[in-house]
Amino acid sequence: MRKRDLVVIGAGPAGMAAAVLAAELGLDVTVLDEQVLPGGQIFRGVDRVSASRSKILGRDYTDGARLTQDLRQSRIKHFSGAVVWAIEENFRISFTHEGRGAQINADRILLATGALERPMPIPGWTLPGVMTAGAGQILLKQSGIVAQDAVLVGSGPFLYLIATQMVGAGTPPAAVIETQRLRDMIRATRHLGGALRGWPYLAKGLKMISEIKRARVPRYTGATQIAIEGEGKAAALTFIHKRQKKRVACKTVYLHHGVVPNTHAARSLGISHRWDAGQVSFVPELNPWGQSDVAGVFIAGDGAGIGGAKVAEYAGQLAALKVAEELNCISISHRNRVAVPLRRALAREMAVRPFLDAAYPPFEEALSPSDSTLVCRCEEVTAGDIRKYARLGCLGPNQTKAFARAGMGPCQGRYCGLTVTALLAEANGLSPDQTGYYRIRAPLKPVTLGELAAMDNMSEGPVD
Amino acid sequence: MNNASPFLELESGPRVDITWDGKPLSLPDGANLAAALLACGIEVFRSTPVSGAPRGPFCMMGACFDCLVEIDGVTRQACMIEVKNGLDIKTINVPRAPNA
Ligand SMILES: Cc1cc2nc3c(=O)[nH]c(=O)nc-3n(C[C@H](O)[C@H](O)[C@H](O)COP(=O)(O)OP(=O)(O)OC[C@H]3O[C@@H](n4cnc5c(N)ncnc54)[C@H](O)[C@@H]3O)c2cc1C
Ligand code: FES
Repeated sequence: MRKRDLVVIGAGPAGMAAAVLAAELGLDVTVLDEQVLPGGQIFRGVDRVSASRSKILGRDYTDGARLTQDLRQSRIKHFSGAVVWAIEENFRISFTHEGRGAQINADRILLATGALERPMPIPGWTLPGVMTAGAGQILLKQSGIVAQDAVLVGSGPFLYLIATQMVGAGTPPAAVIETQRLRDMIRATRHLGGALRGWPYLAKGLKMISEIKRARVPRYTGATQIAIEGEGKAAALTFIHKRQKKRVACKTVYLHHGVVPNTHAARSLGISHRWDAGQVSFVPELNPWGQSDVAGVFIAGDGAGIGGAKVAEYAGQLAALKVAEELNCISISHRNRVAVPLRRALAREMAVRPFLDAAYPPFEEALSPSDSTLVCRCEEVTAGDIRKYARLGCLGPNQTKAFARAGMGPCQGRYCGLTVTALLAEANGLSPDQTGYYRIRAPLKPVTLGELAAMDNMSEGPVD
Repeated sequence: MNNASPFLELESGPRVDITWDGKPLSLPDGANLAAALLACGIEVFRSTPVSGAPRGPFCMMGACFDCLVEIDGVTRQACMIEVKNGLDIKTINVPRAPNA
């Protein structure tokens, strides 16, 4: 089987920018992404969006078409709807495409698999009608559907973005219930210097807040004891605001308290990760080119640590430069010359992050949920169960997985991993690094027997 | 469009016929299946194998597996599939066998 110079997994801003530059520099590039269209999360569906929806979503979204266009025009092989489920040692990548299993070999791999919504386990979060805010936005971007009676809950500028988009669509949310407190904002002023370097973001944030106000959407900050009520589906949200109990009736709840790197594929390859206290998540250990400690594997974009779309793009290009140099397409001096402005732009984009991380920290109650709250959605394991196993001597998530089945279900811990690590670390008085994370093994996504059988029959034709 | 749905469809296009547990539904051709079902008022997609609790789409990006449905005998993520004429979808409500 022919070996590609570079296989990029993920067609978000990081993957697209990397693929385009790498192809320009002469590499043979293949991009695999499980979505039906390129764009990743931020530019989801941008190639098919209608004019009216474009207006609601704004320039920051429609600008993504620049990247998807470049991806189409260059000599890149892009498989959409390609679900990667295994990456083996010799860099044989297995994926499902159009109902069949397929495999390709790579010389270098770039993981550009982006972020996941930070899990937000609060009472009632598994009820139908409760979704991530990112899901709410995907519904709008990709399908043009908006929730009519929604409350947005959590913290971070992304909540303001989706709230203003809902206002623009003529369906303002019933309320925005925020968990950050005044003291978070005060603490964040420490990072004001960096924030001012990233002033366009601050200006955007303030503009969004004033739009939400103008639309008369009630906003509550510093909310605590948040719970979702409902028989069989979400019906209301209850919380405490300024010592008063509040209840907002709703049909849809959108949760968000930040996004975290999707480390799934990286972990399956044994790449080292460390705890990042500022981002309250694990991030892969990388050098400034995005190179991991598994030779030949690079990571760029939100999967490397949350930086947003622009950072993803620059980091993708940096990785492409390094791969092109390693494969002798460009010289070291060429690589370094092109990298200088990229690094400068990247640093400028990152400047606002420490301020945002401090001003909009994750919701404490969701980092350490009450005993009766489900943390593992798939196997329905509660926070109390995890604490119980900690008392019985479980130190790490792989032990509670064996005893309580947390992380054993189809999502493979994507929406409980960080919570279980946090609960065990807290109960055992250890750090998240000492506590560790789930061991991730292939298949990263379920594969059916039919898909595997189709792979056996497949000649190399369709892919090569 | 469906008045019982908490979701509003901003645009409309050609529709095709599918069945949901034998019940005929008309959904926008080529739309995301999970989104289209939500827009026509279906919020509960399955029940869990552990407690039988109802579930619906949560992440819309293929990561949570709460949107699982059965299509032609195969379990699929509704949020990762496009609507096609004639899809025969069944809800999954199978309790897990004890000790499984
Ligand atoms: C739901 C959601 C919505 C967001 N919306 C916004 C927004 O509106 N504005 C904003 O500034 N930021 C948004 N973000 C933050 C966003 O992560 C970044 O801004 C940006 O999209 C990061 O780019 P990326 O290239 O690193 O990853 P992404 O854009 O996330 O792209 C990663 C790609 O990898 C693919 N992938 C992952 N695993 C596999 C696999 N196993 N096989 C095949 N393909 C795979 C995914 O399908 C995806 O297309 C959002 C995040 C999420 C989770
Ligand atoms: S809604 Fe999460 S996987 Fe489909």
